[in-house]
Amino acid sequence: MLNYDLVIVGGGSAGIACAISAFDHGVSKILVLEKDLYLGGILLQCIHNGFGLTKYKEELTGPEYADRYINELKKRPIDFKVKTMVLKITKNLQVQFSNAIDGFQTVQARAIVMATGCSERTRGSINLSGDRVPGVLTAGLAQRYLNIDGYMVGKRVFILGSGDIGLIMARRMTLEGAKVLGVAEIMPYSNGLTRNIVQCLHDYDIPLYLHHTVKRVIGKEHLEKIIVSEVDDNLQFIPGTDREIEVDTLLLSVGLIPSIPLVENIGVKVHPKTKGPIVDESMMTNIPGIFACGNALHVHDLVDFVSLEAEKTGEKVARFIKDENAKSNREMKVTPKTGINYILPCQVNLDNTESITFNFRVNQPFSSVYLRILLNGKVIKKVKKAFMLPAEMETIELPSALLEAGVLEMEVANA
Amino acid sequence: MYDSIIVGAGVNGTFIAHDLSKYNLKILVIEAENDVGDVTSCANSAIVHSGYDPNFGSLKAKLNVRGNQMYDQICKDLDVEFERIGSLTLAFSDEEAEAIGPLVANAKKNGVEVSVLDPEEILRLEPMVAKNVKKAILAPSAGIINPFELCVALMENAMDNGVELHLNEKVTGINKTSGSFSVITDKSSYQTKTVVNAAGLYADEINNFVSERKTQIIPRKGEYYVLDHFSEPFVSHVLFTIPTDKGKGVLITPTTSHNYMFGPSSDFIADKNDLSTNKEVLDRVLATATKMVENIPMNRVIREFAGLRAYHESNDFLINEKDGFINVLGMQSPGLASAPATADFVIDLISKTLTMTPKAAYNPKRRPLYRLNQKTPEERNAIIAKDSRFGNMVCRCEKVSEGEVVDAIHRHCGATSVKGIKKRLRPGSGKCQGGFCEPLILGILARELKKDIKDLRFDSSGAYILLEKTKGRDRHA
Amino acid sequence: MPDLICIVCPRGCRIQVDENLNVTGNFCKRGETYGRNEVTHPMRMITSTVKIKSEILVRLPVMTDRPIPKNQIFSVMEAINQAEVQAPIKIRDVVIKNVLGLGVDIVATRNVEK
Repeated sequence: MLNYDLVIVGGGSAGIACAISAFDHGVSKILVLEKDLYLGGILLQCIHNGFGLTKYKEELTGPEYADRYINELKKRPIDFKVKTMVLKITKNLQVQFSNAIDGFQTVQARAIVMATGCSERTRGSINLSGDRVPGVLTAGLAQRYLNIDGYMVGKRVFILGSGDIGLIMARRMTLEGAKVLGVAEIMPYSNGLTRNIVQCLHDYDIPLYLHHTVKRVIGKEHLEKIIVSEVDDNLQFIPGTDREIEVDTLLLSVGLIPSIPLVENIGVKVHPKTKGPIVDESMMTNIPGIFACGNALHVHDLVDFVSLEAEKTGEKVARFIKDENAKSNREMKVTPKTGINYILPCQVNLDNTESITFNFRVNQPFSSVYLRILLNGKVIKKVKKAFMLPAEMETIELPSALLEAGVLEMEVANA
Repeated sequence: MYDSIIVGAGVNGTFIAHDLSKYNLKILVIEAENDVGDVTSCANSAIVHSGYDPNFGSLKAKLNVRGNQMYDQICKDLDVEFERIGSLTLAFSDEEAEAIGPLVANAKKNGVEVSVLDPEEILRLEPMVAKNVKKAILAPSAGIINPFELCVALMENAMDNGVELHLNEKVTGINKTSGSFSVITDKSSYQTKTVVNAAGLYADEINNFVSERKTQIIPRKGEYYVLDHFSEPFVSHVLFTIPTDKGKGVLITPTTSHNYMFGPSSDFIADKNDLSTNKEVLDRVLATATKMVENIPMNRVIREFAGLRAYHESNDFLINEKDGFINVLGMQSPGLASAPATADFVIDLISKTLTMTPKAAYNPKRRPLYRLNQKTPEERNAIIAKDSRFGNMVCRCEKVSEGEVVDAIHRHCGATSVKGIKKRLRPGSGKCQGGFCEPLILGILARELKKDIKDLRFDSSGAYILLEKTKGRDRHA
Repeated sequence: MPDLICIVCPRGCRIQVDENLNVTGNFCKRGETYGRNEVTHPMRMITSTVKIKSEILVRLPVMTDRPIPKNQIFSVMEAINQAEVQAPIKIRDVVIKNVLGLGVDIVATRNVEK
């Protein structure tokens, strides 16, 4: 059996940043396992720019951003395997994987980081009525076919969901010669970055239909048309608003979910809002030694924050492996209140860290509000916020000195 | 001159082909679709019913009970996933509970072992069942099967033993001449001593080419939900509600791939090609299922699908023979459970016309699948050592290797499409619904079949996945 | 005059620019500059892929090394679609020099070893 201090499942942006950070904080034997042909993860098919604005003050493309981290990884004696699939993780920190070179192997680790990214919600999870024909696929799969394999899946495209992947693909398909007939978004506001609305839709006169969704998919052997319909505030179809559009492609951009079946099946507790693992301030799940970061923990909007989170995780994992964590009873539970969808981490051991970075999302757009933080019922911090959007993850850092055992609550208030 | 031409390669056609391959006969199976088991046989509840509920004395009852008993040996020989998990038919009202008595009496007459359970016993076996359950019939002999694997395995073994298969070929006419039939298709024409009409939804058209007694098959749609694998306890038996004359009603069941399924609805439709799903219908299915099990984890739904039953007005199986033309018609539930016995019955009917000499070199077994996930690490590595493609995983959700995909392409009755791989091995059936694996499967199919990746299909010829290469000449719409 | 959404920061101010290039609706000076530029000479970065002869990839991701005029997007795409390169390629290698005489290069954004 192989032995490593740290096994990282996933060699994308989170996995690589975590490996580098763990090494730099003293972990010596690290193994990164990646299922695709190359390190880099989803960044390799994200050929558009906009990555690294926060971290590098430059607008890099996905592959370029990945390259910076891969270079750093390769400067260090960190082991990695590509075209390698992890098949099973056990509670006693064993990882089973398979590839064509090593065959089927088991590794014993002292810590495991889930950096497996996220998956796209599919047609089945939204119960989209109609014919079950090819031509309906997720935006990410169409992106892979286009950018990696060099194939168009169709020429007359409609997009369901105004998340960034859908918007990016609207532009991408248009540039490659397709006609994109519109984007439907079931909510009354778009889910994507404003910059993408402008540069992917407005630039190409692609209409955005808010409060609309696709009602039905029609086609004999392949997609031929869709019925788009308006919905009311309760997301019910409004009669008389059906519109039939001839398309050969429907791209679904209807949400991302952390990819964690490997640990769900061994009892890792899952957060009901993020659909990723519940973690403490060191990104550790309820199973000792199993950590998560990046999109596998919660879906991010900007890779810069994935890297930041993964770097912090690497540092915490190092402390865990070197058994440097304080044995503490000073636990603080973190609870979202009015206006807040979720906050991570969900609980904090106050003696393990000098400061905690909280990542959170609001559950609707807000402007000119206050973010109030209460500790055991008392307001300890109030931050004025000009605007906060569900599509944009927020961050707030609090020093441990300000905190004590008990319950921390965060809410949106008018004053 | 063929001894027999079987029209239709669904579960009945493939079982009959499999049985006929035991004899020294020249057999051809003609299938209109791109694969065997591609219509009703791949879109059903996948249950091998115990046979307690078809009316005693009906052909359904006789064949269901007998067929159910035959599955252990067949699945062992052909390496097909089959598990006798037992079924519970649940009564939630006094009216439903009253139906239990007559059903038990019917079971006894049919020769099927059942027992009646009280609420405490039911909830001990199935804690997720709604607490207001009153009574249940437990039928331990009911089972679940992998219906895609079944049809493929039957046909593969039949072909191993000399049966011919033509796919993508549609029968357009049958003429009776003296002592034989002329079977005309959209591609060719053939002479045969006997014809077996196992054409499912289109068995009426085939019958009507030959018989004076015209018949009609009306499609009856059933829509289902499929749930992903998950480790929290859910159900471990097939759960039924009390049957009505519309059918067995909504059921909730595990599947042989450790998923769960619930449905179906039951609605007559006009178009035999209409496999669309409908939210309103599925909402009703969910409402009915929720009466049986209150907490169905809908966040685990990965797919909805529809299947079409071949409804005939008699609502019973119609299996008859005249001058060498054999009808296997109206094979709604329990068609799948009955299929081995149906094939037996058909062999008897065929033997009126044909001389059935057992084949000396007949091989009843198909080469087992690799099933790497069930092997020990040592066994697995021994396979990988011989062919490293068995180490390269191409399906993350269902854990399938490249080597297994290659094998599924090159066996008899091998996969030629994305759906064909999905049915044989499960890439595309998991949570990602092809999001990760489809590009890899396309690459392997293209390489192994020596085809341009653009020419590959999801299933039928019009079901393209990739339209064109980028940077081609006519880029702009 | 067109109603624009400023993209300089996530606030997304809705700004108006009149014929005299006076900008209203902006929260800050950067928005004013953005609005004026968008009306007088809007510029865009383009990212796409080109054909590549390589053992491991069939498409190489590329980018304009600086913004090009918005009204040249499809012309630049035509030029990108004609290009073909040969591995090995390094990030920032020039794939098309001075595309359409715009003073902008199309450069590789991925390393391809062979």
